[in-house]
Amino acid sequence: MNSHSTSRHRHPQHRLPERAEPADAAACASGHRTEPFLVACPNCDLLHRLAPQGDATLLCFRCGAVLYRDKPNSIERGLALTLTALVLFVLSNCFPFLAMKSGGLVQETILLTGIRELWNEGMQGLAFLVLLTCVLVPLAQMLGLLYILAPLYGNRPPARHAGRVFRLVQEVAPWGMMEVFLIGVLVALVKLGHMATIVPGVSVFSFAVLIFVMAAAYSSLDPPLLWDRLDLRR
Amino acid sequence: MNAQLLTARQLGLVSCHDCRLLIEAQQVHAHPHCPRCGAHLHLRKPNSLARTWALVWAALICLVPANLLPMTITTALGTKQADTIMSGVIYFMQSGSWEVATVIFVASIFVPCAKLLILIYLLLSVRFRSAWRPRDRTVLYRLTELVGRWSMVDIYVVTILVALVRLGAIAAIEAGPAAVYFAAVVVITMFAAESFDPRLIWDVVEEDV
Repeated sequence: MNSHSTSRHRHPQHRLPERAEPADAAACASGHRTEPFLVACPNCDLLHRLAPQGDATLLCFRCGAVLYRDKPNSIERGLALTLTALVLFVLSNCFPFLAMKSGGLVQETILLTGIRELWNEGMQGLAFLVLLTCVLVPLAQMLGLLYILAPLYGNRPPARHAGRVFRLVQEVAPWGMMEVFLIGVLVALVKLGHMATIVPGVSVFSFAVLIFVMAAAYSSLDPPLLWDRLDLRR
Repeated sequence: MNAQLLTARQLGLVSCHDCRLLIEAQQVHAHPHCPRCGAHLHLRKPNSLARTWALVWAALICLVPANLLPMTITTALGTKQADTIMSGVIYFMQSGSWEVATVIFVASIFVPCAKLLILIYLLLSVRFRSAWRPRDRTVLYRLTELVGRWSMVDIYVVTILVALVRLGAIAAIEAGPAAVYFAAVVVITMFAAESFDPRLIWDVVEEDV
């Protein structure tokens, strides 16, 4: 098939998954990571028998979606990065965010000031959307990951309802938009730079680092492994 | 199509949307929840096309006031100035910061329009059972899923401006009504992208072979 050869040519580091055979249908229930397992592509439904090996990233044979990525030490890394993110999150919300100096007047703000001002202007829906995407969803993700990963670290049995919590963490992920907020900060700085001096606070820096730590925490997770450990049937 | 290419549907299997466990279709009829993670199971996202169409139309309607009404209202020494999204872009271009003008233009005007056009194209291509380049159409879908969130930039800029510029009579910035409509466009298009099931693109190709 044409797409097969081109994608191999373009991504030499990607090993393509084996194709599924009808006989695999019976063995489908055992989704174990260390041995080959069956998975349907989330984008085109094609069945693949995946045999994870080394640091290969496995792509869908037909539509190119990522089916499997190797994540070494995912539980230890995920836990360490989540704890770091929580510390940075507390810093980002407690310290001054931005201050504006203009002709002797100083206007200091924290992260939540804009949300409060939108609320007071009668735009409660908008205020809530900003609060949700920049504060509540990231916080829920961090607490959720902590709840899931802490018991698994050290091979203890998973916490109660950890599977449901992980599902929730995955479902709210697209609504955490801290990185978009940081771009918004940069644009606002340029916009106001013409008329006033803007002084960045501690919070801006911890927020910027938080975005990278959070992204690293999330991408260090190994969903197939986690689902294996959090199985509700056990 | 090669006989060896098999989809989960052809083998009577349902893939869990959340944990990707494969479950036999008969089991799903009896108990429509994933035995591993508890998620609701369905072969394809329910009413995918109708839901996506409805959300696309809603977003198109909100797009009009979002672009025509003022996004911010600036009060400086007694004079009021209302800025729409486009007048903000033009202001940045004229003041020389074309990088910022590009960011705002791409995030607030290009991305929402492109996203809606792509979704409409995908919906129509499934409706008319197109067999043309399904792989590239799936890539287009993944793109719309990925870029939608970046449109929120303008909302955050308004939030920060409103927080910082509160000097009473000297200078103050208020959020305009367009901010609400624009936020609605972003949220609705994110839901629209989520409710579209890209597997439908492949289903019609397979059925017509």
